[in-house]
Amino acid sequence: MSAPAAAAEGARARRLTEWVIRVRELGIVVALALLIAVTAAIEPRFIETDSLRNLALNASIFAILAVGQTLVIVTRNVDLSVGSVLGLSAYFAGDLLSGNQGLPLPVVFALGIALGAACGLLNGILVTWGQVPALVVTLGTLYMFRGLAFLWTNGRQVNAETLPDSFLNLGSDSILGVPILVIFAVVVLLVTGQWLRDYRAGRELYAIGSNPEGARLAGVRSERRVLTAFVLAGALAGLGGVLFTARFGTVDATAGFGYELTVIAAAVVGGVAIFGGTGSVYGAALGALLLGTITSSLIVLRVEAFWQLAAVGALLLLAIAFDRLVGLRVDAALRRRSARRAG
Amino acid sequence: MIELRDAAKSYGAVRALHDGNLSLRAGEVRALMGENGAGKSTLVKVLGGVVRRDAGEMLVDGTSVDFHSPHDARDAGIAVIYQEPTLFPDLSVAENVVMGYHPLGALKRIDRGAMHRQVQGLLDRLGVRLDPERPVRGLSIADQQIVEIAKALSFDARVLIMDEPTAALSGPEVERLFGVVRTLREHGSAVLFISHRLEEVFAVCDTVTVMRDGAVVHDAAIADITPDELVRRMVGRELTALFPKQDAKVGEPVLSVHRLTREGVFFDISFDVRAGEIVALAGLVGAGRSEVARAIFGIDRADAGHVEVAGNRLAPGRPLAAMRAGIGFVPEDRRQQGLVMDLSIARNTALTRMRSLSRGGLIRSSAENGLAREWAARLQLKFHRLEDSVGTLSGGNQQKVVLGKWLATDPKVLIVDEPTRGIDVGTKAEVHRLMSELAGQGVAVLMISSELPEVLGMADRVLVMHEGRLTGELSRAEADEESVIRLATGQVEAA
Repeated sequence: MSAPAAAAEGARARRLTEWVIRVRELGIVVALALLIAVTAAIEPRFIETDSLRNLALNASIFAILAVGQTLVIVTRNVDLSVGSVLGLSAYFAGDLLSGNQGLPLPVVFALGIALGAACGLLNGILVTWGQVPALVVTLGTLYMFRGLAFLWTNGRQVNAETLPDSFLNLGSDSILGVPILVIFAVVVLLVTGQWLRDYRAGRELYAIGSNPEGARLAGVRSERRVLTAFVLAGALAGLGGVLFTARFGTVDATAGFGYELTVIAAAVVGGVAIFGGTGSVYGAALGALLLGTITSSLIVLRVEAFWQLAAVGALLLLAIAFDRLVGLRVDAALRRRSARRAG
Repeated sequence: MIELRDAAKSYGAVRALHDGNLSLRAGEVRALMGENGAGKSTLVKVLGGVVRRDAGEMLVDGTSVDFHSPHDARDAGIAVIYQEPTLFPDLSVAENVVMGYHPLGALKRIDRGAMHRQVQGLLDRLGVRLDPERPVRGLSIADQQIVEIAKALSFDARVLIMDEPTAALSGPEVERLFGVVRTLREHGSAVLFISHRLEEVFAVCDTVTVMRDGAVVHDAAIADITPDELVRRMVGRELTALFPKQDAKVGEPVLSVHRLTREGVFFDISFDVRAGEIVALAGLVGAGRSEVARAIFGIDRADAGHVEVAGNRLAPGRPLAAMRAGIGFVPEDRRQQGLVMDLSIARNTALTRMRSLSRGGLIRSSAENGLAREWAARLQLKFHRLEDSVGTLSGGNQQKVVLGKWLATDPKVLIVDEPTRGIDVGTKAEVHRLMSELAGQGVAVLMISSELPEVLGMADRVLVMHEGRLTGELSRAEADEESVIRLATGQVEAA
């Protein structure tokens, strides 16, 4: 085989893998469009501005959490504690503002994010230095952080009336027609996406997930990177908590209960491999949007709650089956190519 | 340039390394030789910062240093090619090469153009056509090895350590690697080269360090030592002939392969292997030999053709059916395909015999241990306890466990893929003796091997493959280096 022919082979292999990623994300967009179209056909009110706005607002917080979760999953770890961290930070922000009406909002955000980051730091330290599997560590902190929230609130709740309007407006206002919450989510998404794609630290997260021992031997400071991923996931959950309070106004110790599973489901539906190494934050955010839309559309269509859960489950299985199938085909194609090249 | 003085390392009660003395000067290519389990890999890991020595001293440019991680070693200018696969299957070839040291552009962003050019340059230097942007997943072992080498060459290492870099490479690729090594030497880098192939050591090295039983036992200039003496120092005893294939009575065909084809991999493969016969499948890396073996055993499904064992047609794509029919398969990659590294020696040996060892669905560990002990003795396995995980054994002893696992099933046909890759001379002879014994007992053996001396010494017949097709068959008398290589490279006149 001549050199140009080999180059063409390589280009085809490259196109193939890029194509798969595109199709994966495009598939979610198509599913999303279909879902909205079908729901709108049955119940036209679904695509009224208010309804779509609500949809986007709900999905934004999940998307932020899914971005954080992706950082952790890509390194072949998992963070089950994000829902509890969100709850803790949500109550913290509400409590803080109720007591100090005049507090500048950036300070509230900074403190909420810092609280989340601290929780993430604890997770990260236990996983890296403690060498305990992330599943176990974060299962423990899931209960621990939730318990802390209960202790702290002691049955009380923060009410919207006690919060300053400027803060609540963040959860409902728009700039140029785009809800502020959505802007938050998009900024987080773009910044994290760039970081994962174009910065050494981001690429190293993929390397760690793809082959942990190999990453270490290649001189990657794996522990530091994994710690960073957990801290960022915690920080984003902290941000999610502050936004949660801004959006709903009323917060008690159960805020964000059960979010972790939805968030992980969103990432998996979005094509983030649960064993690390592949996946993008864009896919995860799209997954969050799709899951949110399904729930809303089923509510609009007055489908019973049980079926809503079943639909989410089915989607998850579908996504996994799709990934597996495509993965096998791509593997076979890559193998054929390299066999021809070497032979 | 770099020096190790009296380094020692123990894992629990096992002394993996002691009296580790080694020095590398600028512009020196030093061979590190020794049997498997002699402590070479441990010494390499100490130099590479992967494990910390318990005692002794390491000097870089005359100053005492302590590496806490591979990162520290790399900062000191030491590049290491490890035996373990260290690649990231999900990432591109280019990213694998530069991971952690990507070329950066504005705002510290990764400069993908520069990364691509740098890696393309490295691959050109190694003379391989590989697309830097394709993912590593799906690359052949030889190509993966090339990526590992490119990774080690990706920064200006002053010291390059290569732990068996040539095990998976074909002749021209090895030559090219040696070209790169010679260039590095001219530029004043130091190279530590580990290989089991004596001819390579004599071709490229200036000095040699020999290890045995965890200690450095000899240090000499390559000009002052003969191959025989080198082997004697490694083994610590005289060796008899390396390839003792005994004459065995050749019987009826046991394994028949009929027009087996797997699209894009191999085409129209037909041959027989008779009882008591050792048939070698020779060819260059990537010719499709391993793939044929995998299809015969039913791991991959063939698109056309079929396999018969003793006249009975095998159900395609079902390894269990192949096992029941009496085929044993020793795969190419023992770490990933041949063994369950975290399971004990006993468990691994008994894996193929689960059914016959169990009573009412439960496996009796006494039976398991009995079986393992018997085979450990017959194979002269070197181990600490049968309960130890297989991962703690040296490469040669791991291969013995794989062999034992299949021999315990009393097979009619044994397929061995690169049975002695990365195995020291002493164990190699034992593996050859075992295969020869099996043939003597009437087992049909199909051996895939890239080592010509092994092929020529062991096989009754040699089948040669080139680009997925059988290009010829040679009897023991006809087969010599020239005829095999001619067929393997596709220069066929009249076959």
